[in-house]
Amino acid sequence: MKSSANTVVNAGSEAVTPSSEVARFDETQPLQLDAGVELAPFQIAYCTYGTLNADKSNAILICHALTGDQYCASTHPVTGKPGWWEVLIGPGKPIDTDRYFVICSNVIGGCLGTTGPASPNPATGQPFALDLSVVTIRDMVRAQAMLVDRFGIDQLFSVIGGSMGGMQVLQWASSYPERVFTAVPIATGARHTSQNIAFHEVGRQAIIADPDWRQGRYLEKGTRPSKGLAVARMAAHVTYLSEAALHRKFGRNLQDRDVPSFGFDADFQIESYLRHQGMSFVDRFDANSYLYMTRAMDYFDLAADHDGQLAEAFRGTRTRFCLVSFTSDWLFPTGENRAIVHALNATGASVSFVEIETDKGHDAFLLDEPEMYATISGFLMSAAKARGLAR
Amino acid sequence: MSVNSTQRVDFQVIADLVAEGARVLDIGSGDGSLLELLAAERGIDGRGIELSQQGVNECVARGLSVIQGDADHDLVYYPDESFDYVILSQTIQATHNPKIVLKELLRIGRYAIVSFPNFGHWRVRLSLLFGGQMPVTKDLPYSWYDTPNIHFCTLQDFVRLTEEVGAKIERAEALDASGQKIAVSLPWSLWNLFGQQAVFLLRR
Repeated sequence: MKSSANTVVNAGSEAVTPSSEVARFDETQPLQLDAGVELAPFQIAYCTYGTLNADKSNAILICHALTGDQYCASTHPVTGKPGWWEVLIGPGKPIDTDRYFVICSNVIGGCLGTTGPASPNPATGQPFALDLSVVTIRDMVRAQAMLVDRFGIDQLFSVIGGSMGGMQVLQWASSYPERVFTAVPIATGARHTSQNIAFHEVGRQAIIADPDWRQGRYLEKGTRPSKGLAVARMAAHVTYLSEAALHRKFGRNLQDRDVPSFGFDADFQIESYLRHQGMSFVDRFDANSYLYMTRAMDYFDLAADHDGQLAEAFRGTRTRFCLVSFTSDWLFPTGENRAIVHALNATGASVSFVEIETDKGHDAFLLDEPEMYATISGFLMSAAKARGLAR
Repeated sequence: MSVNSTQRVDFQVIADLVAEGARVLDIGSGDGSLLELLAAERGIDGRGIELSQQGVNECVARGLSVIQGDADHDLVYYPDESFDYVILSQTIQATHNPKIVLKELLRIGRYAIVSFPNFGHWRVRLSLLFGGQMPVTKDLPYSWYDTPNIHFCTLQDFVRLTEEVGAKIERAEALDASGQKIAVSLPWSLWNLFGQQAVFLLRR
Protein backbone atom coordinates (compact mmCIF):
# COMPACT_ATOMS: atom_id res chain seq x y z
CA MET A 1 0.00 0.00 0.00
CA LYS A 2 2.68 2.42 1.08
CA SER A 3 4.69 2.63 -2.12
CA SER A 4 1.60 3.17 -4.26
CA ALA A 5 -0.30 5.43 -1.91
CA ASN A 6 0.37 8.59 -3.88
CA THR A 7 -0.96 7.08 -7.10
CA VAL A 8 -4.28 6.44 -5.42
CA VAL A 9 -6.82 9.25 -5.36
CA ASN A 10 -8.61 10.30 -2.20
CA ALA A 11 -10.86 7.26 -2.06
CA GLY A 12 -7.75 5.18 -1.45
CA SER A 13 -6.53 7.09 1.58
CA GLU A 14 -10.07 7.36 2.96
CA ALA A 15 -10.15 3.57 2.73
CA VAL A 16 -7.31 3.28 5.24
CA THR A 17 -7.37 6.48 7.28
CA PRO A 18 -10.88 7.86 7.07
CA SER A 19 -11.95 11.37 8.07
CA SER A 20 -14.62 9.91 10.35
CA GLU A 21 -14.34 8.14 13.71
CA VAL A 22 -12.81 4.67 13.68
CA ALA A 23 -13.36 1.75 16.06
CA ARG A 24 -10.43 -0.69 16.03
CA PHE A 25 -10.73 -4.36 16.95
CA ASP A 26 -7.52 -6.27 17.63
CA GLU A 27 -6.60 -9.96 17.35
CA THR A 28 -8.49 -10.73 20.55
CA GLN A 29 -11.78 -9.55 19.02
CA PRO A 30 -11.99 -11.21 15.62
CA LEU A 31 -14.99 -10.86 13.32
CA GLN A 32 -16.48 -14.27 12.49
CA LEU A 33 -17.24 -14.38 8.79
CA ASP A 34 -19.86 -16.61 7.14
CA ALA A 35 -17.08 -17.87 4.86
CA GLY A 36 -15.83 -19.79 7.90
CA VAL A 37 -12.80 -17.66 8.69
CA GLU A 38 -12.02 -14.94 11.19
CA LEU A 39 -11.04 -11.40 10.30
CA ALA A 40 -8.63 -9.78 12.76
CA PRO A 41 -7.56 -7.16 13.29
CA PHE A 42 -10.20 -5.03 11.60
CA GLN A 43 -11.66 -1.56 11.90
CA ILE A 44 -15.06 0.08 11.50
CA ALA A 45 -15.35 3.69 10.34
CA TYR A 46 -18.47 5.44 11.58
CA CYS A 47 -20.20 8.77 12.19
CA THR A 48 -22.58 9.69 14.99
CA TYR A 49 -25.11 12.49 15.30
CA GLY A 50 -27.04 13.68 18.36
CA THR A 51 -26.51 12.55 21.95
CA LEU A 52 -26.90 9.14 23.54
CA ASN A 53 -29.27 9.45 26.50
CA ALA A 54 -28.47 8.23 30.02
CA ASP A 55 -30.18 4.83 29.73
CA LYS A 56 -28.90 4.39 26.16
CA SER A 57 -32.38 3.82 24.76
CA ASN A 58 -32.46 6.44 21.99
CA ALA A 59 -29.93 5.01 19.51
CA ILE A 60 -30.80 4.57 15.85
CA LEU A 61 -28.53 2.61 13.54
CA ILE A 62 -28.59 3.71 9.90
CA CYS A 63 -27.54 1.02 7.40
CA HIS A 64 -26.21 2.25 4.07
CA ALA A 65 -26.84 0.90 0.59
CA LEU A 66 -24.44 -0.63 -1.96
CA THR A 67 -22.37 2.46 -2.69
CA GLY A 68 -23.27 4.41 0.45
CA ASP A 69 -21.06 5.19 3.41
CA GLN A 70 -21.05 6.41 7.00
CA TYR A 71 -21.52 10.05 5.97
CA CYS A 72 -25.34 9.84 5.99
CA ALA A 73 -25.81 13.32 7.45
CA SER A 74 -22.47 15.03 6.98
CA THR A 75 -20.37 16.22 4.06
CA HIS A 76 -18.67 13.49 2.03
CA PRO A 77 -14.88 13.82 2.43
CA VAL A 78 -14.14 12.98 -1.23
CA THR A 79 -16.99 14.58 -3.15
CA GLY A 80 -17.78 17.44 -0.77
CA LYS A 81 -21.48 16.70 -1.29
CA PRO A 82 -24.07 16.68 1.54
CA GLY A 83 -24.74 13.41 3.36
CA TRP A 84 -26.72 10.87 1.34
CA TRP A 85 -29.68 10.93 3.76
CA GLU A 86 -29.43 14.50 4.97
CA VAL A 87 -33.02 15.05 3.80
CA LEU A 88 -34.14 12.57 6.45
CA ILE A 89 -31.60 12.88 9.28
CA GLY A 90 -30.88 16.03 11.28
CA PRO A 91 -32.28 18.40 13.90
CA GLY A 92 -36.08 18.58 13.54
CA LYS A 93 -36.08 16.11 10.64
CA PRO A 94 -38.01 12.79 10.61
CA ILE A 95 -34.96 11.08 12.14
CA ASP A 96 -34.54 13.90 14.63
CA THR A 97 -30.97 14.20 15.96
CA ASP A 98 -32.25 16.49 18.73
CA ARG A 99 -34.04 13.45 20.00
CA TYR A 100 -32.19 10.37 18.78
CA PHE A 101 -28.55 9.28 18.79
CA VAL A 102 -27.79 8.25 15.21
CA ILE A 103 -24.96 5.84 14.35
CA CYS A 104 -23.97 5.10 10.77
CA SER A 105 -20.99 2.88 9.95
CA ASN A 106 -19.28 1.91 6.73
CA VAL A 107 -19.97 -1.80 6.12
CA ILE A 108 -17.34 -4.54 6.21
CA GLY A 109 -15.91 -4.84 2.70
CA GLY A 110 -16.51 -1.12 2.10
CA CYS A 111 -13.96 1.45 0.99
CA LEU A 112 -14.50 4.49 3.22
CA GLY A 113 -12.49 3.36 6.24
CA THR A 114 -13.96 0.05 7.40
CA THR A 115 -11.80 -2.96 6.60
CA GLY A 116 -12.28 -3.96 2.97
CA PRO A 117 -10.30 -5.08 -0.07
CA ALA A 118 -8.34 -1.79 -0.18
CA SER A 119 -7.20 -2.17 3.44
CA PRO A 120 -3.68 -3.47 4.08
CA ASN A 121 -3.46 -7.21 4.64
CA PRO A 122 -1.44 -7.60 7.89
CA ALA A 123 0.16 -10.75 6.47
CA THR A 124 1.69 -9.00 3.45
CA GLY A 125 1.50 -5.26 4.09
CA GLN A 126 -0.15 -4.99 0.68
CA PRO A 127 -3.86 -4.30 0.09
CA PHE A 128 -6.05 -7.38 0.58
CA ALA A 129 -7.52 -7.07 -2.90
CA LEU A 130 -9.24 -10.43 -3.47
CA ASP A 131 -7.46 -12.10 -0.53
CA LEU A 132 -10.20 -10.78 1.73
CA SER A 133 -12.91 -13.40 2.29
CA VAL A 134 -16.17 -12.72 0.52
CA VAL A 135 -18.40 -11.00 3.07
CA THR A 136 -22.14 -11.36 3.55
CA ILE A 137 -24.95 -9.13 4.80
CA ARG A 138 -24.81 -11.13 8.03
CA ASP A 139 -21.08 -10.39 8.37
CA MET A 140 -21.83 -6.68 7.99
CA VAL A 141 -24.46 -6.90 10.71
CA ARG A 142 -22.20 -8.92 13.02
CA ALA A 143 -19.57 -6.19 12.73
CA GLN A 144 -22.17 -3.48 13.41
CA ALA A 145 -23.27 -5.36 16.53
CA MET A 146 -19.67 -5.26 17.79
CA LEU A 147 -19.63 -1.50 17.20
CA VAL A 148 -22.96 -1.07 19.01
CA ASP A 149 -21.46 -3.06 21.93
CA ARG A 150 -18.65 -0.52 22.12
CA PHE A 151 -21.25 2.14 22.94
CA GLY A 152 -22.71 -0.11 25.65
CA ILE A 153 -26.06 -0.10 23.87
CA ASP A 154 -28.14 -3.21 24.60
CA GLN A 155 -31.10 -2.38 22.42
CA LEU A 156 -31.26 -0.07 19.43
CA PHE A 157 -34.40 2.05 19.33
CA SER A 158 -34.44 1.55 15.57
CA VAL A 159 -32.47 0.09 12.69
CA ILE A 160 -33.25 1.86 9.42
CA GLY A 161 -32.00 1.44 5.87
CA GLY A 162 -32.92 1.17 2.20
CA SER A 163 -31.94 -1.35 -0.47
CA MET A 164 -28.80 -3.18 0.76
CA GLY A 165 -29.33 -1.19 3.98
CA GLY A 166 -32.81 -2.71 4.19
CA MET A 167 -31.28 -6.19 3.91
CA GLN A 168 -29.10 -5.37 6.92
CA VAL A 169 -32.19 -4.16 8.80
CA LEU A 170 -33.92 -7.50 8.13
CA GLN A 171 -30.79 -9.40 9.17
CA TRP A 172 -30.57 -7.37 12.39
CA ALA A 173 -34.21 -8.11 13.22
CA SER A 174 -33.65 -11.79 12.52
CA SER A 175 -30.22 -12.25 14.18
CA TYR A 176 -30.73 -9.98 17.20
CA PRO A 177 -34.50 -9.60 17.71
CA GLU A 178 -34.14 -8.52 21.35
CA ARG A 179 -31.68 -5.78 20.35
CA VAL A 180 -34.03 -4.14 17.83
CA PHE A 181 -37.05 -2.23 19.19
CA THR A 182 -38.17 -1.07 15.74
CA ALA A 183 -37.02 -1.93 12.24
CA VAL A 184 -37.57 0.12 9.10
CA PRO A 185 -36.55 -1.77 5.94
CA ILE A 186 -37.14 0.38 2.86
CA ALA A 187 -37.24 -0.58 -0.84
CA THR A 188 -35.65 -3.95 -0.16
CA GLY A 189 -36.16 -7.68 -0.30
CA ALA A 190 -35.53 -10.75 1.83
CA ARG A 191 -33.44 -12.08 -1.06
CA HIS A 192 -31.71 -10.87 -4.17
CA THR A 193 -33.68 -11.97 -7.23
CA SER A 194 -32.18 -13.65 -10.28
CA GLN A 195 -32.63 -10.43 -12.28
CA ASN A 196 -30.80 -8.44 -9.60
CA ILE A 197 -27.92 -10.94 -9.55
CA ALA A 198 -27.81 -10.69 -13.35
CA PHE A 199 -27.33 -6.91 -13.29
CA HIS A 200 -24.64 -7.22 -10.64
CA GLU A 201 -22.81 -9.80 -12.73
CA VAL A 202 -22.77 -7.39 -15.70
CA GLY A 203 -21.13 -4.80 -13.44
CA ARG A 204 -18.56 -7.21 -12.04
CA GLN A 205 -17.59 -8.48 -15.48
CA ALA A 206 -17.12 -4.89 -16.68
CA ILE A 207 -14.63 -4.33 -13.84
CA ILE A 208 -12.83 -7.63 -14.31
CA ALA A 209 -12.57 -7.08 -18.09
CA ASP A 210 -10.76 -3.77 -17.58
CA PRO A 211 -7.01 -4.44 -18.20
CA ASP A 212 -6.22 -1.96 -15.43
CA TRP A 213 -7.95 -4.19 -12.91
CA ARG A 214 -4.79 -6.40 -12.89
CA GLN A 215 -6.40 -9.44 -11.22
CA GLY A 216 -7.51 -7.09 -8.46
CA ARG A 217 -3.94 -5.90 -7.71
CA TYR A 218 -4.37 -2.46 -9.29
CA LEU A 219 -3.50 -0.52 -6.12
CA GLU A 220 0.03 -1.96 -6.01
CA LYS A 221 0.43 -1.64 -9.76
CA GLY A 222 -0.56 2.00 -9.66
CA THR A 223 -3.49 1.62 -12.08
CA ARG A 224 -7.24 1.94 -11.59
CA PRO A 225 -9.94 0.06 -13.50
CA SER A 226 -11.89 3.28 -13.90
CA LYS A 227 -13.48 2.38 -17.23
CA GLY A 228 -14.78 -0.93 -15.97
CA LEU A 229 -16.08 0.55 -12.75
CA ALA A 230 -17.75 3.41 -14.64
CA VAL A 231 -19.54 0.96 -16.96
CA ALA A 232 -20.64 -1.06 -13.93
CA ARG A 233 -22.06 2.11 -12.40
CA MET A 234 -23.80 3.11 -15.62
CA ALA A 235 -25.57 -0.24 -15.95
CA ALA A 236 -26.55 -0.26 -12.27
CA HIS A 237 -27.71 3.34 -12.35
CA VAL A 238 -30.35 2.51 -14.98
CA THR A 239 -31.82 -0.03 -12.56
CA TYR A 240 -32.18 2.65 -9.89
CA LEU A 241 -34.43 4.81 -12.08
CA SER A 242 -37.63 4.15 -14.00
CA GLU A 243 -38.56 4.43 -17.63
CA ALA A 244 -41.11 7.13 -16.80
CA ALA A 245 -38.58 9.24 -14.87
CA LEU A 246 -35.92 8.84 -17.56
CA HIS A 247 -38.37 9.91 -20.20
CA ARG A 248 -39.58 12.84 -18.12
CA LYS A 249 -36.02 14.03 -17.47
CA PHE A 250 -34.30 13.32 -20.78
CA GLY A 251 -36.79 12.09 -23.35
CA ARG A 252 -34.95 11.68 -26.67
CA ASN A 253 -33.31 15.08 -26.27
CA LEU A 254 -29.91 15.58 -27.89
CA GLN A 255 -26.91 16.79 -25.90
CA ASP A 256 -25.23 20.04 -27.06
CA ARG A 257 -26.27 19.51 -30.69
CA ASP A 258 -29.23 19.94 -32.98
CA VAL A 259 -28.79 16.86 -35.12
CA PRO A 260 -27.36 13.37 -34.47
CA SER A 261 -23.61 13.05 -35.13
CA PHE A 262 -23.86 9.78 -37.02
CA GLY A 263 -21.10 8.59 -34.72
CA PHE A 264 -20.80 7.21 -31.21
CA ASP A 265 -20.42 10.36 -29.17
CA ALA A 266 -22.93 10.99 -26.42
CA ASP A 267 -25.59 12.28 -28.81
CA PHE A 268 -28.45 11.85 -26.36
CA GLN A 269 -28.75 13.60 -23.02
CA ILE A 270 -29.32 10.27 -21.29
CA GLU A 271 -25.96 9.02 -22.60
CA SER A 272 -24.18 12.11 -21.38
CA TYR A 273 -25.91 11.81 -18.00
CA LEU A 274 -24.94 8.16 -17.59
CA ARG A 275 -21.32 8.82 -18.60
CA HIS A 276 -21.19 11.56 -15.99
CA GLN A 277 -22.66 9.19 -13.36
CA GLY A 278 -20.03 6.59 -14.23
CA MET A 279 -17.08 8.97 -14.26
CA SER A 280 -17.93 10.71 -10.99
CA PHE A 281 -18.49 7.38 -9.25
CA VAL A 282 -14.93 6.14 -9.82
CA ASP A 283 -13.54 9.09 -7.85
CA ARG A 284 -15.26 7.97 -4.68
CA PHE A 285 -15.46 4.20 -4.90
CA ASP A 286 -13.06 1.28 -5.00
CA ALA A 287 -13.57 -1.28 -7.78
CA ASN A 288 -12.80 -4.33 -5.64
CA SER A 289 -15.13 -3.05 -2.96
CA TYR A 290 -17.84 -2.91 -5.64
CA LEU A 291 -17.22 -6.61 -6.33
CA TYR A 292 -17.54 -7.45 -2.63
CA MET A 293 -20.67 -5.33 -2.02
CA THR A 294 -22.54 -6.74 -5.01
CA ARG A 295 -21.56 -10.29 -3.98
CA ALA A 296 -22.87 -9.73 -0.45
CA MET A 297 -26.24 -8.66 -1.84
CA ASP A 298 -26.35 -11.60 -4.27
CA TYR A 299 -25.76 -14.09 -1.46
CA PHE A 300 -28.55 -12.63 0.69
CA ASP A 301 -31.52 -14.97 1.06
CA LEU A 302 -33.00 -14.77 4.53
CA ALA A 303 -35.56 -17.53 3.93
CA ALA A 304 -32.86 -19.95 2.72
CA ASP A 305 -31.22 -19.65 6.14
CA HIS A 306 -34.47 -20.95 7.61
CA ASP A 307 -35.35 -23.94 5.41
CA GLY A 308 -37.09 -21.70 2.90
CA GLN A 309 -39.57 -20.36 5.45
CA LEU A 310 -39.15 -16.59 5.66
CA ALA A 311 -41.58 -16.40 8.59
CA GLU A 312 -39.17 -18.60 10.59
CA ALA A 313 -36.57 -15.82 10.33
CA PHE A 314 -38.85 -13.67 12.50
CA ARG A 315 -40.60 -16.24 14.73
CA GLY A 316 -41.65 -14.78 18.07
CA THR A 317 -40.32 -11.33 17.22
CA ARG A 318 -41.46 -8.39 19.33
CA THR A 319 -39.82 -5.84 17.06
CA ARG A 320 -42.19 -3.30 15.48
CA PHE A 321 -41.69 -3.18 11.73
CA CYS A 322 -42.45 -0.46 9.21
CA LEU A 323 -41.84 -1.27 5.55
CA VAL A 324 -41.89 1.18 2.66
CA SER A 325 -41.87 0.43 -1.06
CA PHE A 326 -42.21 2.58 -4.17
CA THR A 327 -44.55 1.92 -7.09
CA SER A 328 -41.95 2.45 -9.85
CA ASP A 329 -39.13 0.49 -8.16
CA TRP A 330 -38.37 -2.48 -10.44
CA LEU A 331 -35.18 -3.49 -8.62
CA PHE A 332 -37.03 -4.22 -5.37
CA PRO A 333 -40.64 -4.06 -6.50
CA THR A 334 -43.51 -3.84 -4.05
CA GLY A 335 -44.06 -7.60 -4.34
CA GLU A 336 -40.64 -8.33 -2.81
CA ASN A 337 -41.42 -6.00 0.09
CA ARG A 338 -44.90 -7.41 0.48
CA ALA A 339 -43.47 -10.93 0.77
CA ILE A 340 -41.70 -9.74 3.92
CA VAL A 341 -44.96 -8.22 5.21
CA HIS A 342 -46.77 -11.52 4.67
CA ALA A 343 -44.04 -13.44 6.48
CA LEU A 344 -44.28 -11.00 9.38
CA ASN A 345 -48.09 -11.33 9.40
CA ALA A 346 -47.66 -15.08 9.65
CA THR A 347 -45.61 -14.64 12.84
CA GLY A 348 -48.12 -12.18 14.31
CA ALA A 349 -45.54 -9.39 14.27
CA SER A 350 -46.49 -5.73 14.56
CA VAL A 351 -46.04 -4.44 11.05
CA SER A 352 -46.91 -1.36 9.04
CA PHE A 353 -46.50 -1.26 5.29
CA VAL A 354 -46.78 1.70 2.97
CA GLU A 355 -46.40 1.70 -0.80
CA ILE A 356 -45.59 5.19 -2.05
CA GLU A 357 -46.64 6.32 -5.51
CA THR A 358 -43.74 7.87 -7.41
CA ASP A 359 -42.06 7.61 -10.81
CA LYS A 360 -38.57 7.98 -9.31
CA GLY A 361 -37.84 4.25 -9.21
CA HIS A 362 -35.62 2.52 -6.66
CA ASP A 363 -33.67 5.73 -5.97
CA ALA A 364 -36.85 7.27 -4.49
CA PHE A 365 -35.73 6.18 -1.01
CA LEU A 366 -32.82 8.65 -1.25
CA LEU A 367 -34.90 11.50 -2.63
CA ASP A 368 -37.36 14.09 -1.40
CA GLU A 369 -40.45 11.92 -0.76
CA PRO A 370 -42.78 13.68 1.72
CA GLU A 371 -44.95 10.57 2.12
CA MET A 372 -41.89 8.61 3.22
CA TYR A 373 -40.98 11.34 5.72
CA ALA A 374 -44.51 11.35 7.18
CA THR A 375 -44.51 7.56 7.41
CA ILE A 376 -41.13 7.30 9.14
CA SER A 377 -41.70 10.20 11.51
CA GLY A 378 -45.21 9.02 12.48
CA PHE A 379 -43.98 5.47 13.01
CA LEU A 380 -40.96 6.53 15.08
CA MET A 381 -43.03 9.01 17.10
CA SER A 382 -45.52 6.38 18.21
CA ALA A 383 -42.74 3.86 18.89
CA ALA A 384 -40.86 6.46 20.95
CA LYS A 385 -43.97 6.84 23.10
CA ALA A 386 -44.13 3.08 23.60
CA ARG A 387 -40.40 2.99 24.44
CA GLY A 388 -40.84 5.76 27.01
CA LEU A 389 -38.62 8.24 25.15
CA ALA A 390 -39.94 11.53 26.48
CA ARG A 391 -39.71 14.54 24.24
CA MET B 1 -63.07 2.98 2.84
CA SER B 2 -66.41 2.16 1.29
CA VAL B 3 -68.72 4.33 3.32
CA ASN B 4 -68.44 7.94 4.37
CA SER B 5 -66.47 8.11 7.62
CA THR B 6 -68.58 10.85 9.16
CA GLN B 7 -71.46 8.38 9.31
CA ARG B 8 -69.66 5.63 11.17
CA VAL B 9 -72.33 5.19 13.78
CA ASP B 10 -71.34 1.52 14.04
CA PHE B 11 -67.96 2.28 15.69
CA GLN B 12 -69.26 2.70 19.24
CA VAL B 13 -71.39 -0.41 18.94
CA ILE B 14 -68.33 -2.36 17.78
CA ALA B 15 -66.22 -0.95 20.60
CA ASP B 16 -68.80 -2.21 23.11
CA LEU B 17 -68.37 -5.75 21.76
CA VAL B 18 -64.56 -5.84 22.15
CA ALA B 19 -62.99 -7.04 25.39
CA GLU B 20 -60.34 -5.04 27.22
CA GLY B 21 -56.74 -5.56 26.02
CA ALA B 22 -57.72 -7.85 23.14
CA ARG B 23 -55.69 -8.49 20.00
CA VAL B 24 -57.64 -6.99 17.13
CA LEU B 25 -57.29 -7.03 13.35
CA ASP B 26 -59.33 -4.30 11.66
CA ILE B 27 -59.87 -4.96 7.97
CA GLY B 28 -60.68 -1.83 6.03
CA SER B 29 -59.13 0.49 8.61
CA GLY B 30 -59.81 3.62 6.57
CA ASP B 31 -58.06 6.54 8.26
CA GLY B 32 -57.58 4.51 11.45
CA SER B 33 -60.46 6.02 13.46
CA LEU B 34 -61.79 2.69 14.72
CA LEU B 35 -58.34 1.41 15.73
CA GLU B 36 -57.70 4.65 17.60
CA LEU B 37 -61.10 4.45 19.32
CA LEU B 38 -60.43 0.83 20.34
CA ALA B 39 -56.95 1.68 21.59
CA ALA B 40 -58.29 4.59 23.64
CA GLU B 41 -61.38 2.85 25.05
CA ARG B 42 -60.35 -0.79 25.19
CA GLY B 43 -56.54 -0.68 25.28
CA ILE B 44 -56.32 -3.15 22.42
CA ASP B 45 -53.22 -4.41 20.58
CA GLY B 46 -54.43 -3.42 17.13
CA ARG B 47 -53.41 -4.14 13.54
CA GLY B 48 -55.06 -2.97 10.37
CA ILE B 49 -55.39 -3.71 6.67
CA GLU B 50 -56.48 -0.93 4.34
CA LEU B 51 -56.87 -0.87 0.57
CA SER B 52 -56.27 2.80 -0.20
CA GLN B 53 -52.71 4.08 -0.18
CA GLN B 54 -53.83 7.38 1.28
CA GLY B 55 -55.63 5.62 4.12
CA VAL B 56 -52.62 3.44 4.95
CA ASN B 57 -50.24 6.39 4.89
CA GLU B 58 -52.53 8.35 7.22
CA CYS B 59 -52.77 5.42 9.63
CA VAL B 60 -49.02 4.78 9.75
CA ALA B 61 -48.28 8.49 10.15
CA ARG B 62 -50.67 8.34 13.15
CA GLY B 63 -48.58 5.54 14.61
CA LEU B 64 -50.95 2.65 13.86
CA SER B 65 -49.76 -0.76 12.63
CA VAL B 66 -51.48 -0.85 9.28
CA ILE B 67 -50.53 -2.55 6.03
CA GLN B 68 -51.76 -2.02 2.52
CA GLY B 69 -53.87 -4.92 1.35
CA ASP B 70 -57.41 -6.21 1.06
CA ALA B 71 -59.74 -8.77 2.56
CA ASP B 72 -59.86 -10.88 -0.61
CA HIS B 73 -56.10 -11.42 -0.97
CA ASP B 74 -54.22 -10.84 2.27
CA LEU B 75 -56.06 -12.80 4.98
CA VAL B 76 -54.59 -16.10 3.83
CA TYR B 77 -51.19 -15.11 5.30
CA TYR B 78 -52.46 -14.93 8.90
CA PRO B 79 -52.28 -18.06 11.06
CA ASP B 80 -55.34 -19.63 12.69
CA GLU B 81 -56.67 -17.81 15.76
CA SER B 82 -53.96 -15.16 15.59
CA PHE B 83 -56.38 -12.51 16.88
CA ASP B 84 -59.12 -12.32 19.49
CA TYR B 85 -61.30 -10.24 17.18
CA VAL B 86 -61.22 -9.69 13.46
CA ILE B 87 -63.35 -6.72 12.46
CA LEU B 88 -64.79 -6.14 9.03
CA SER B 89 -66.69 -2.89 9.31
CA GLN B 90 -68.68 -1.63 6.34
CA THR B 91 -66.43 -3.57 4.00
CA ILE B 92 -67.96 -6.99 3.32
CA GLN B 93 -70.18 -5.51 0.61
CA ALA B 94 -67.02 -4.34 -1.21
CA THR B 95 -65.27 -7.74 -1.22
CA HIS B 96 -65.15 -10.01 -4.27
CA ASN B 97 -65.98 -13.15 -2.36
CA PRO B 98 -67.84 -12.39 0.87
CA LYS B 99 -68.32 -16.07 1.73
CA ILE B 100 -64.59 -16.90 1.61
CA VAL B 101 -63.79 -13.68 3.44
CA LEU B 102 -66.23 -14.55 6.22
CA LYS B 103 -64.70 -18.02 6.56
CA GLU B 104 -61.24 -16.44 6.77
CA LEU B 105 -62.40 -14.05 9.51
CA LEU B 106 -63.65 -16.98 11.55
CA ARG B 107 -60.38 -18.87 11.02
CA ILE B 108 -58.07 -15.97 12.00
CA GLY B 109 -60.10 -14.62 14.89
CA ARG B 110 -61.72 -16.22 17.91
CA TYR B 111 -64.52 -13.78 17.16
CA ALA B 112 -65.49 -11.96 14.01
CA ILE B 113 -67.32 -8.65 14.06
CA VAL B 114 -69.04 -7.71 10.82
CA SER B 115 -70.97 -4.52 10.21
CA PHE B 116 -72.64 -3.58 6.96
CA PRO B 117 -75.29 -1.30 5.49
CA ASN B 118 -78.62 -3.15 5.30
CA PHE B 119 -79.93 -3.24 1.76
CA GLY B 120 -83.28 -4.42 3.11
CA HIS B 121 -83.99 -1.09 4.85
CA TRP B 122 -87.40 0.39 4.00
CA ARG B 123 -85.89 3.47 2.32
CA VAL B 124 -83.91 1.26 -0.04
CA ARG B 125 -86.99 -0.83 -0.74
CA LEU B 126 -89.16 2.24 -1.38
CA SER B 127 -86.55 3.81 -3.61
CA LEU B 128 -86.40 0.74 -5.78
CA LEU B 129 -90.17 0.17 -5.68
CA PHE B 130 -91.28 3.70 -6.55
CA GLY B 131 -88.17 5.27 -8.05
CA GLY B 132 -87.33 2.27 -10.18
CA GLN B 133 -83.64 3.09 -9.77
CA MET B 134 -80.82 1.70 -7.65
CA PRO B 135 -81.02 3.69 -4.43
CA VAL B 136 -78.57 6.45 -3.56
CA THR B 137 -78.96 7.38 0.11
CA LYS B 138 -76.93 9.15 2.78
CA ASP B 139 -75.46 5.78 3.85
CA LEU B 140 -75.05 4.47 0.32
CA PRO B 141 -73.95 7.56 -1.59
CA TYR B 142 -72.66 5.89 -4.79
CA SER B 143 -74.32 5.41 -8.17
CA TRP B 144 -74.51 1.81 -9.39
CA TYR B 145 -71.77 2.32 -11.99
CA ASP B 146 -69.09 3.74 -9.71
CA THR B 147 -69.80 2.00 -6.43
CA PRO B 148 -67.09 -0.08 -4.73
CA ASN B 149 -69.99 -1.94 -3.09
CA ILE B 150 -70.39 -4.91 -5.40
CA HIS B 151 -72.03 -7.38 -3.01
CA PHE B 152 -74.88 -5.72 -1.16
CA CYS B 153 -76.95 -7.86 1.11
CA THR B 154 -79.88 -7.49 3.42
CA LEU B 155 -79.79 -8.38 7.07
CA GLN B 156 -81.64 -11.62 6.36
CA ASP B 157 -79.27 -12.48 3.51
CA PHE B 158 -76.35 -12.14 5.90
CA VAL B 159 -77.98 -14.33 8.55
CA ARG B 160 -78.36 -17.02 5.87
CA LEU B 161 -74.66 -16.71 4.99
CA THR B 162 -73.63 -17.16 8.62
CA GLU B 163 -75.70 -20.38 8.67
CA GLU B 164 -74.05 -21.56 5.48
CA VAL B 165 -70.51 -21.13 6.84
CA GLY B 166 -71.51 -22.61 10.19
CA ALA B 167 -70.97 -19.45 12.25
CA LYS B 168 -72.74 -18.88 15.55
CA ILE B 169 -74.30 -15.47 16.07
CA GLU B 170 -73.22 -14.41 19.55
CA ARG B 171 -74.85 -11.02 19.29
CA ALA B 172 -76.55 -8.94 16.64
CA GLU B 173 -77.50 -5.29 16.62
CA ALA B 174 -79.56 -3.34 14.14
CA LEU B 175 -79.00 0.41 14.12
CA ASP B 176 -81.32 3.12 12.93
CA ALA B 177 -80.20 6.15 10.96
CA SER B 178 -78.84 7.91 14.06
CA GLY B 179 -76.92 4.86 15.22
CA GLN B 180 -79.40 3.96 17.97
CA LYS B 181 -79.90 0.27 18.60
CA ILE B 182 -83.29 -1.05 17.63
CA ALA B 183 -85.10 -3.01 20.36
CA VAL B 184 -83.87 -6.56 20.62
CA SER B 185 -87.25 -8.24 20.90
CA LEU B 186 -88.24 -7.56 17.31
CA PRO B 187 -88.14 -10.43 14.80
CA TRP B 188 -85.45 -10.52 12.01
CA SER B 189 -88.02 -9.42 9.42
CA LEU B 190 -88.70 -6.15 11.24
CA TRP B 191 -84.98 -5.53 11.91
CA ASN B 192 -84.47 -6.09 8.24
CA LEU B 193 -87.02 -3.40 7.47
CA PHE B 194 -85.95 -0.75 9.97
CA GLY B 195 -82.26 -1.39 10.56
CA GLN B 196 -80.16 0.93 8.46
CA GLN B 197 -76.98 -0.81 9.56
CA ALA B 198 -76.27 -4.14 11.21
CA VAL B 199 -73.46 -5.29 13.50
CA PHE B 200 -72.86 -9.00 14.12
CA LEU B 201 -70.59 -10.69 16.64
CA LEU B 202 -69.82 -14.17 15.31
CA ARG B 203 -67.79 -17.19 16.30
CA ARG B 204 -67.04 -20.54 14.73
